[in-house]
Order: sequence, then structure tokens, then C-alpha cells
Amino acid sequence: MVDNMSGDRFVEFERVQKSYDGETLVVKDLNLSMPRGEFLTMLGPSGSGKTTCLMMLAGFETATHGDIRLGGVSINNIPPHKRGIGMVFQNYALFPHMTVAENLSFPLEVRKMAKSEREEKVKRALDMVQMGAFGGRRPAQLSGGQQQRIALARALVFEAELVLMDEPLGALDKQLREHMQFEIKRIADNLGITVVYVTHDQTEALTMSDRVAVFDDGRIQQLAPPDKLYEEPENSFVAQFIGENNTLEGEVMEINGGLAVVKLDDGELIDCKPVHPSVKPGARTQVSIRPERVEYNKARLQEGVHTLKAEVLEFIYMGDIFRTRLRVAGNEDFVIKTRNAPDQDRLEPGRQIEIGWLPEDCRALDA
Amino acid sequence: MSDVTDATTGKRAPTPDDALRIADSNQGGPVLAADGRPLKRSLNRALRMQKLRALALIAPLLIFVLITFIAPIADMLFRSVENQIVSETLPETVVALSDWQPDGGELPSEKVFEALYVDIFMAQERKLHTRLGSRLNYELTGMSSLLRKSGRGVKRFDTDIYTEQFTALDPSWADPATWVAMMADKANRDALPLTARSWARWVDFLEEEGDDPAKEDVEDFLFTTLYSDLVAGNTGGATDPRIAVAADAVGGFETVSLRDQFKAVDKDWVNPEVWRTILTYSPDYTSGYFLNAVDMQQGHDGPETRPENQQIYVKLFTRTMFMSLVITGSCILLGYPVAWILANLPMRTANMLMILVLLPFWTSLLVRTSAWKVMLQQQGVINDVLVWLGLVNDSARLVMINNQFGTIVAMTHILLPFMILPMYSVMQTIPPSYMRAAKSLGATDWTAFWRVYFPQCVPGIGAGSILVFILSIGYYITPEIVGGTTGTFISNRIAYHISSSLNWGLAAALGTILLAVVLILYWAYDRIVGIDNVKLG
Repeated sequence: MVDNMSGDRFVEFERVQKSYDGETLVVKDLNLSMPRGEFLTMLGPSGSGKTTCLMMLAGFETATHGDIRLGGVSINNIPPHKRGIGMVFQNYALFPHMTVAENLSFPLEVRKMAKSEREEKVKRALDMVQMGAFGGRRPAQLSGGQQQRIALARALVFEAELVLMDEPLGALDKQLREHMQFEIKRIADNLGITVVYVTHDQTEALTMSDRVAVFDDGRIQQLAPPDKLYEEPENSFVAQFIGENNTLEGEVMEINGGLAVVKLDDGELIDCKPVHPSVKPGARTQVSIRPERVEYNKARLQEGVHTLKAEVLEFIYMGDIFRTRLRVAGNEDFVIKTRNAPDQDRLEPGRQIEIGWLPEDCRALDA
Repeated sequence: MSDVTDATTGKRAPTPDDALRIADSNQGGPVLAADGRPLKRSLNRALRMQKLRALALIAPLLIFVLITFIAPIADMLFRSVENQIVSETLPETVVALSDWQPDGGELPSEKVFEALYVDIFMAQERKLHTRLGSRLNYELTGMSSLLRKSGRGVKRFDTDIYTEQFTALDPSWADPATWVAMMADKANRDALPLTARSWARWVDFLEEEGDDPAKEDVEDFLFTTLYSDLVAGNTGGATDPRIAVAADAVGGFETVSLRDQFKAVDKDWVNPEVWRTILTYSPDYTSGYFLNAVDMQQGHDGPETRPENQQIYVKLFTRTMFMSLVITGSCILLGYPVAWILANLPMRTANMLMILVLLPFWTSLLVRTSAWKVMLQQQGVINDVLVWLGLVNDSARLVMINNQFGTIVAMTHILLPFMILPMYSVMQTIPPSYMRAAKSLGATDWTAFWRVYFPQCVPGIGAGSILVFILSIGYYITPEIVGGTTGTFISNRIAYHISSSLNWGLAAALGTILLAVVLILYWAYDRIVGIDNVKLG
């Protein structure tokens, strides 16, 4: 067990299952280990089990089966108040009857800290979130963003090494959210704390995290750094959940030298990179291509790759990019995105074009 | 300020642009609308229609409240100090008595007894003397029977000798028509003031009865007043020739002492205490009811406390307060866990339990109170069970009803929903994440509850406490049924004075004090807890 104390296994889930009603599993066989100092995001649609995982880690839910370890020690039977885990709640959960300073002082008081030391730490925590002047206010007198900062400061003031955040930015408007994402990330990096962050917003997950765990149906579908998650999704759920994605369905004809040839349902052939283990000759597959990786300018297409005929259905001007909807192999929701550059064509509806891509951008996933 | 006035009353007619410019430049003064008028006035005009419509909508309720709530309270406040019955029933006596010195130890003069004779005669004709008797009996026991006896007695007074002597002097005195004619002349009325006033009251009475004053016999008391006026002299201006004749003759009249006549009816009339009571309560307004309501009375030297054995109201007020506090406290203790469970159960189960909480609301108050009587009495369910279990000896069954304990138990049960409902609705708004946050910050279950959850329940507890306390302080039916003698409230006493002793003035004074106490407590609560902190949901 001693080696578990080392940095790379600070938080560990081992074969954790959770059921509320004894009939269905909300979390199915969760295995996860986090090194100290990592910023890990649990991302997934609602009901995917991500919040349940967080609550089990915080101690508000008990695991039906399996082991949760913190710093190598199993915490299954440790009550929440002894776990020493900081937590930021979705609605901030700032105590409305206490001032900001009293809120921050609360975790220090229950730890029987001396008054002078408490004041010192509260002041430092408030300064850290740039709210030093607001100690005497009540939470109701603060804006959403300010409350968010206080909630963050309160979770950090007792120097927890692990901080859990349950959709902390869900109630903020877009601009403030983006600002706070940066802020949280900066503070977490400065303090070197370990963060488990739950969200359903993929942009948030991609911009903040060291690693993202994509949850669906009670399982981690993929656990990877953001770039890898976006560019190399391992299954069609992750491909569709992260970013925009085009899907074409077909049958694997052959796999040759790391390239698979897939016959689409209308008979056309394309080259793909086989990713999912189920991709074998004769199997059904979903092929995933990112909209910005599709090329229709013949001059830029690689020699010898398969191309597809496409008809422009709709052209949307979005400022920095153009978003064009095509009909490709019977799929009418095939989208391509092109940069708004001086030499870029504007594809008018009705035009017939040919599209293609690099084979490694086209990933054959599970059906 | 001044430059606005200048600009708007200048030679050139103001334009909207001017107004806007002025409004912009004049940040210290009133903001102007586009037509140059103050914005406030324009806004008021624009909102007037809405306000009128709103007023029309609330008018039915407003009128209803005014008539059924404000008006009775105002009437009650008035009744608690109103005391016109003495001066209305005994107008002559009150005036004649006003220069009597009650502390001199002497009886009032014969003049006062004459006035009393007139007043009581008129009162018994109008059958008002018994009402006055009951009113004065609140202040001095025995007044009721004294006045009743006197009412019967005044008709048999020996004052008929005056009648006989006057008619012997001139038989026309016996003819009421001559009295009507005599009293029609102002000069005669001025010469015979007491007679004139008494005649006027007599005529009023006869006319109310539908009788003709010119045909009814002239009563003895009028001859008595006539004699009194003539003896006093001052009859120079009279025009009726009989008056001058009689004025010369009265010196030789046989007289009768009205004091002795009254003394013969009841010797209480020569008791200065009786006269002192009449004098004390002769003004139109009195503090007597309020003094009575706090166990005091008008003594020789201003207000003084009543004798020990007559003190009851202060004790009742204190008991009412104390028991209401106990009831409120036990409602909090019993209601809090119930409200907590309701707020933390799933919606469906909570609704089921909520019906159980509300069930007593749908049961008659009398049924519930009577049920407690069945439960708590000495041969009742609880005593039976305790005896059966051997916890209580059959010969020493517990007395749990018709005392304070019974009242507290029954009223706690009856008022419990008023405590649970506001607490529940407040607790429902406290998200579970607060407790979780507290625990994640290191608080034990108890600390999290006491430091984080409980303070947020206080508005609900406050609302429930105010409801329960104010309801119980004025509760009537339950203490009446299960209170016995030691568990009754001040309201039971008020009801007694309203319906049994008919001392409405005292009942009103008690009610006024109760109202004042509630308002003071409300004010104190507002100062200490803050009424903004009270939430009903």
C-alpha cells in the first residue's frame, strides 16, 4: 500500500459500483486513479453517473461495491466531515445567515483554530480570489460571479489537498463563465491542489482540464487529455459528445496497413483509420470526421484518396467561419467548417462538389 | 430649483427640448418630463387610473374589514372608558352632588336628595333604575338592590302632602292643563328652574308613551320641585298669578324630609360610601373599568389596589401569558422534528404525512377538545392504562384534566399545525446542499445542524411562534371546556362579563388590555427578531 502514497495514485476508484434502488446500476465498474495535482474533469450528459461519483468521493453517497481511496487510504467508512475534501457546489451553498468572512471562517472554527490565525487565513483566501473588500457582506448582496469566488475560497481556506467542484459555473452567464474558468484553473495551478471537476459543458472540460473522463451510462467512455479526446475519440459516443462531428455509416471491407476501407451504404468507398476494436472486415461501423478536417478544394486533397460527391444544401455565415451543410452519401446533416479567409469560396446551395480528407482524420468507430 | 422655474415661466413658451435640456442640466432639482412638468407629477397622473382600479378591486374587502373588524374594535375601545349611564339616568343628582365634599364625612344636602327623588322617579317610570343599579353594583356591592328598592319606594313617598297643600291653596294646581299653560311661558320657567326641568322630562316621557300631558295627573314629585323652587325664592318674574300666591304661602307649609324618606326605604342612602361611589362615577368617561381590569379601584386618594380577596385579573393575565408561552414552547419542541421529517421526505410521502398533520384542522374543535377530556379524565383512557400497567395506584389516579395541564395538552395539540406549517414551508426552501457544504467543510452532523440548518429555520419558528402565541393568548373554547378553575384564560373571564355578568365595560377594558399586550409583544418581537425575518412560506 505504501507505493499508493506516491503522487500518481492520490485518488483512486477501484471497481466502484453504485445503485440507488437495487435494480439498476447508476455507476458501473468505475476504475480511475488520479495523480496529486491533477485537474480532472468528469464530463457527461445528465444521468451519466458523474455527479454520483463525485458525491461518493465527497462521502455523501456510499459506494454499493468497490473501494475509494484517498492518499492510499480507503475512505469508504470515513464520514464526509473527516475526509478533509473541499467542495464547491452548483448553487454555491454559501450560508445565507453568515457574512462572507464568517462563511470562510466556518471550516476553520470547526477545526478549533485560534481567532487570529482564522482571520489571517480568511484574509489570505479572500485576497486570493480578489474579494478582500467583501468580507462583511452577506452572500445575498453579491453577484453570481462573486458568490462563486467566495465558494471557491471557502473550499480552499482550510487547505484541502483535494477540491471537488460540482458544475460550479452552471449558473453564470457565458462571459463570466469563461473568465472564471481561467480563474479557477490559475488558482488550482498556483496552489498545486488536486481538482475533480464535474460539468456537462464540453468547452469547459476541454479548456480547463489536464484529463477528461467522459461518462455515459455509468461508465467512463474515455479518459484522456483534451486534445487526444477531441482528435482521437475512441468510440462514437465520445466522438459525438465532444465537439461537432459528422457520422457516416457503412461496412468494413478490408484492413490493410493501418488503413481500413469502408463501403458506405450508398456503395461509395472511403479510407479510414480503424480505431475501435470491433472494426474488423465485414463488421458494421460508424465513421467519424470533424467538420473542419473536410476538404473540398481539389488542389489541397492528397493524391489517391477516395473522394465523395456532395451537394451543398445550406450556407451559414458565422463571422470567423463558414458553416456549410451538405448531402453526403444520403446523410443530409453533413457539416463542413471553413475559415473565413480572403481566398475562401462561399458555397452556394445547389452546387455539386467533391469532398475528401486525410485518412487518419477519418476514424472508424463502433457501430 | 430657481433656474428651472425661470426657464419654465420665461417669456418664450417652453418646448420639449427645453425641458429635456433643463432636466439634463439640472441634476440637483426635480427631473422634468418632456412637457416641462415635473416627472413625478406626470408619473402620478399616468398611474392614477391604475391606482383607482386597484382601489376599486380591494374596496369590498376593505369595507368588510372596516365594518366587521375595525368598527367593533373601535367600539370596544370606546366602551372600556364610556360611562354616560350615571349622568344620563341621574342628571339632577350629578349636578347637585358636584359641590359635595366626600371626605367631609357629612351627608349630601337635602337639595341632593330632592334631585335624587326626581331622577329616581323618572328612572323608575322609564325602568332605567335597575340598569344603573347593575352598573354601580360593579363598583359597590349593594347598589343594585338599593336602586331597585328605591325605584319601588319613590312612589310611596309622603310627598303627597305638598300636592294636597298646593291644591288646597288653589284647586287648579291639580289640573294638568294649567301646568301645560304655565310651563309654556318662559318667564315662569325661569322662575321655577327645577320644576321646569322636571316638567320637561315628564312631558317627554308622556309623549313617548303616547299620552297627553294636559290630561295625565300631575305627580307628587312635581309639587315637590315646585315647593323647592318657591322656598328658594326668586319667583319675581313669574307671570302665572298662582305662583305669587303660592310663594307667599309656602312659608307655612308642612314639609317632609326627602333624606328621611330615602333613609326609610334603605338606610344605605345615609351611607356616605354610596354617595362617594355615585360622585366618582358621575363623569361621562371613567378609568374605572381599566382600574378594575388591573385589580385596582378609585379610592379616597386616587387609584388604589383592591383588597387581596378581590384580586383576580392580574393573576389571570399572568397565567394566560405563562400558559401561552408554555404552549408555544411545546409546539416548537413537538413540531420541529415533524416539520423536519416532512421537509426531508420524498414529495409523495411528505404529502401523505401532511394530510395527517392537517387532519385535526378538518375535525371540529369541540370534538378534539372533548376527546382530550375522554383521554385525560380520572376514569379516562390514559389513567386506565397507567393503572393497568401498575404505574399508578387505582386510588391515586392522576388529575390531568380541568387544570392547567389539561389546557396545555389540549391546546398544544390543537395549535400544533399552526407551528408545523410555517416551519415546514421554510425548511422546504433550505436546499440539502447547505448541510452537505457544512459537512464537507469539516462540521460534524450536530455542528452542521446547529450552525447552518437551524439558523435558517428561525424565520419559520418565529412565524409559527407568533401565530401560536397570539392564537392561544385569546383562546376561549378549549380552556373553557378542559380548564377547570386553574386552567382558564383571561378570555374566559371576558366571555363571562360579556354574556353572564353583562359588565361590557369591564370586558372591553380587559379586551383592550389584551390587544395592547399582543401589540406590545409584536413590537418587541419586531425589535428583537425583526418581522422581516418571519416567513410563512
